[in-house]
Amino acid sequence: MNPSREYILNKIRALRQEVVEAPIIPEFEVAEDLVSTFKISSAANKGEVIDREAFVALLESGQYPRIYSTAKGFESYTNITVPQDPHEFSDLSLAVVEGQFGVAENGAIWLDEENLEFRILPFITEHLVILLDKKKLVGNMHQAYAKIGNTKSGFGLFTAGPSKTADIEQSLVIGAHGAKSLKIVMI
Amino acid sequence: MNHPEKAAVFLEDKENAKWHDETLWFVRDKRDVVSKSIPEWEELRETASQIKDNVLSNLDEYLVEFERNALANGIKVHWAKDAEEHNKIVLNILQQNDCKAIVKSKSILTEECHLNQYLEKNGVDVVDTDLGERIVQFLNQPPSHIVLPAIHLKKAQVSDIFHDKLNTEKGNHDPSYLTNAARLHLREKFLAAKVALTGVNFGVAETGEFVVCTNEGNADMGVHLADVHVACMGIEKIIPKREHLGVFLRLLARSATGQSVTNYNSHFRSPAKGKEIHIVLLDNGRTEQLGREKFKNSLKCIRCGACMNTCPIYRRSGGYSYGSVVPGPIGSILSPGIDLKKHSSLPFASTLCGSCSDVCPVKINIHEQLYEWRQEITKAQTSINAKSLAMKFANGIFSVPFAYKLGGSMMRGALKLLPHSITYSNLNTWGKERDLPEVPKESFKDWYKKNKL
Ligand code: SF4
Repeated sequence: MNPSREYILNKIRALRQEVVEAPIIPEFEVAEDLVSTFKISSAANKGEVIDREAFVALLESGQYPRIYSTAKGFESYTNITVPQDPHEFSDLSLAVVEGQFGVAENGAIWLDEENLEFRILPFITEHLVILLDKKKLVGNMHQAYAKIGNTKSGFGLFTAGPSKTADIEQSLVIGAHGAKSLKIVMI
Repeated sequence: MNHPEKAAVFLEDKENAKWHDETLWFVRDKRDVVSKSIPEWEELRETASQIKDNVLSNLDEYLVEFERNALANGIKVHWAKDAEEHNKIVLNILQQNDCKAIVKSKSILTEECHLNQYLEKNGVDVVDTDLGERIVQFLNQPPSHIVLPAIHLKKAQVSDIFHDKLNTEKGNHDPSYLTNAARLHLREKFLAAKVALTGVNFGVAETGEFVVCTNEGNADMGVHLADVHVACMGIEKIIPKREHLGVFLRLLARSATGQSVTNYNSHFRSPAKGKEIHIVLLDNGRTEQLGREKFKNSLKCIRCGACMNTCPIYRRSGGYSYGSVVPGPIGSILSPGIDLKKHSSLPFASTLCGSCSDVCPVKINIHEQLYEWRQEITKAQTSINAKSLAMKFANGIFSVPFAYKLGGSMMRGALKLLPHSITYSNLNTWGKERDLPEVPKESFKDWYKKNKL
């Protein structure tokens, strides 16, 4: 037996507290127009929602020398050899992944291991594009967790925008450590 | 030095003090705007508070459930009764992995344990990777705010530090330029680290997963590149179910910075192939606090920092004046439970205006607990040493009509509305010098009556 474990648990048990019931989370109303609400939320987070055409133009613009795409239908844009070691993504210009669903109230997008073979991908890449199905939007975070349910994934992520900091005199700077931009392609 | 003495030092640089005050108020304002955009805000706070009541009343069961599920997920679980044991556990993991340098994301808990100093003494190089934390680390300072670690510094100072440490251009104060320099510097560290350390925002008993929230993405840059992830977690960070995350994630960022959600909310359930995750569960006085009926609610804190941003004293005295790891209103009710003598002036560093309790997303009755601690301290000190500084301070503030004759809401309004010349004049002891025992010639109440704005 681990003595500190027992010490801590026994100290709590010795208090003989009466268990207070956990509340039921109320059902809250959500926005009617999920797509436009999502767009507004995303813009507030400095994300940018674009359409498929604009995305294809971007991919073909030549401004991203090193692309890795796992999104269905766009795999062919990958122009690097997929590394064994995730450290080798350090000079990746653009990662393209599929998001599972988006949350209108805050622009967050859920990704898990199904979308992220490499957990580091959305962080280490210089720019990030997430493909998101318009029909896969929920209103708020309660609906979001209801949707996630009991799925088992070693890693899951709600991401809501490019990497940000305001640690120098509260001036907002985009691109602290992670992606310097986030574009969401609504399809 | 106690709180009022250190606050006086902070206020010597009047311009900086004014900037600090106004900037934090600006953050508080953003929080107001975004929280008001959610009609159910008050209901959410109440729900969060009740979930935490449930957690605290059943903490032992939840910890056991969390441990069982985390183990089943392949996570290694450690228990530490105090800071010393916590630090030893971490060092041990590092030694087993032959690791001499780590990257670390923001963790107030490791500040509480003075982990950095301990590891450095034992030959481990620690790099704080949150930009604000890296800045203060370069200065050998602790964070002065739990969410905005370098809020006490101006960009010119950061520019000087970076010129010195990172060879940036002298005199270039541009925040984008400086941030980019830090990005390049820290990338190297991320790419080289074998072990990454993070704090924990929420641990879910039902699934054994834990959630880490950052805006910069620094926690994830560290852990996904390293072989070993060590997550340090206070035992009160447990929540019962995954669905409860929905409640807390809606509240956290809105309260902290006025964002609708943090940029990166990472859910760690099991290690990636070939990697390791360790969780260190820390008590360090928390079970003690849980046993104090009047004060146990302080353990509900989700470390959003809103009570600091709103506090008229914090804004005008700076984080360092508190001399405790967690400054501001919440620190002033947590710290006396850890060391009553050392922190005896903190519960008096308040106007008891109640603004902290009003903004707290988990509805901790902070100002009432501040008042309760005053009673405890006054009792303890009458019996030990009636002449201690803190006691003098207590006498001082009780004789100042400023804080006591005005109703809470009126006072809050006044603090916000007062022009700079008044806020920083002799009338407001918190605005300028902190010489409390000197009662203003004209009471604030009288003044207010005469000079209605
Ligand atoms: S006490 Fe409340 S307001 Fe203060 S940091 Fe904790 S959760 Fe936030």
